[in-house]
Amino acid sequence: MEIFFGAGVAASLASFLYPVLRYLIPPQTVELTSDTVLAGKVGDLKPNTGKIFRFGSRPAILVLSSDGTYHALSAICTHLGCTVQYRPDLHEVWCACHNGLYSLNGRNISGPPPRPLESYEVLLKGNEIYVRRERNA
Amino acid sequence: MSAWTSTQQWLEEHFRTDEVIALLRHKMIPLHRYSPFYFLGGMTLFLFGIQVVTGILLLLYYRPTPNDAFESVQYIMTQVRFGWLVRSIHSWSANLMILTAFAHMFSVFFMRAYRKPRELTWLSGMALLILVLCFGFSGYLLPWNTLSFFATKVGTDLPGQMPVVGKWILNFLRGGEDVTGATLTRFFGFHVALLPGLATIFVGLHLLLIQRFGMSVPPSIEAEWKANPSAAREMPFYPNFLLRELMAWYIALGILGALAAFKPWELGVKADPFAPAPAGIRPEWYFMFMFQTLKLIPAKVGPMNGEILGAAGFGLGALVWTLLPFFDRDKNGRGARWIAGVGVFVVAYIVCLTVYGYMAR
Repeated sequence: MEIFFGAGVAASLASFLYPVLRYLIPPQTVELTSDTVLAGKVGDLKPNTGKIFRFGSRPAILVLSSDGTYHALSAICTHLGCTVQYRPDLHEVWCACHNGLYSLNGRNISGPPPRPLESYEVLLKGNEIYVRRERNA
Repeated sequence: MSAWTSTQQWLEEHFRTDEVIALLRHKMIPLHRYSPFYFLGGMTLFLFGIQVVTGILLLLYYRPTPNDAFESVQYIMTQVRFGWLVRSIHSWSANLMILTAFAHMFSVFFMRAYRKPRELTWLSGMALLILVLCFGFSGYLLPWNTLSFFATKVGTDLPGQMPVVGKWILNFLRGGEDVTGATLTRFFGFHVALLPGLATIFVGLHLLLIQRFGMSVPPSIEAEWKANPSAAREMPFYPNFLLRELMAWYIALGILGALAAFKPWELGVKADPFAPAPAGIRPEWYFMFMFQTLKLIPAKVGPMNGEILGAAGFGLGALVWTLLPFFDRDKNGRGARWIAGVGVFVVAYIVCLTVYGYMAR
């Protein structure tokens, strides 16, 4: 009798709690954007500068280095998720939150970031700069 | 019969207020050189009351959406009469409340007031301290400015690093994978509904336990009083201590008003999720020691990621600190000196890392 009663109470509680727990977590959103985005136009950036652009719903960074090469990386720091920026004085990508430093290829070179930034492929089509998620990534 | 006397009589007849007053008269406050620390708990409660009143006033104009939040706080501060004062008092009293809550916790620690039979009083107090920090963290995002946006990113990413449950917690806190309008709505819900509800329960429990077990006397004073019983002194809570507490609250209100008027709380710049974190970004002062520690831990410490190690260290430290009454069973011996030493180290660590955080570039 006690087992029956206990099981009944437990089942009732579970039937109340399960929907609440599921309700707390938002549904997964599917990214419908393509793998390639327009990051800007040639001439938008001066050499040794960078800018943030939208890569789907996330920020990414486009840098024109002093030697005239474009680099595109995810702008989300791999440490605790702040948005990084280009530091012309260091010629590197820097996260202001915890002083993390990355090379222009995205490699974490100093500070607390544990992993490199995801790097993207840069495609120049006429006057436009497109950024594409690398195929092997 | 005057209106006051008849009101008193009516209350007495209906609610037996004489019994409540008798209970308060029965409560005694020990008098010794550390007695001023007994004011800190009441002061925290007073500042919590200020938070509730000013928070309700802010709710009349605040709009919790990413498009409106910043503008609505700006509207409160620039258009609504005395809006700047209400918002500033809310922000200042929040910070002072965190300060007094920490001071109260450390005074209880160093006076060893958490010892048997007050273990539950300590535990309910620690729960309140955590709630106060959650209030601070959730309220910080509500103006939707750059600093609060990145502080929320970092603060929610940290529990997200935990193995197994990290992703679940991150999604629960943010309302998705990123800090967005969904996060703002959630934090607003936590700040004005969930946390006040929990705080009310825990404040009630904490006060009930204090009433039940009375005020603790530090072991050193206890020993002095035992050696010389005539030195033992105490004061009735009602009305003597309560009137002194009310005076302290009145002074605190004056300080709060002056701070709000002469140093109004800034609003900052509206958050842009697609802008880099600004140089010199820092959390609020009460999270600074953790922020600075995370900055100093290298990416990898042995096989572990630095930020996981930092988060685990702080979590474990907080757990041990909370369970302290169950470790401290030593009356006055080596164990007690060890615990006092650890307490001094923790205070020194927090102070040094906070100062370092403000000085470091």
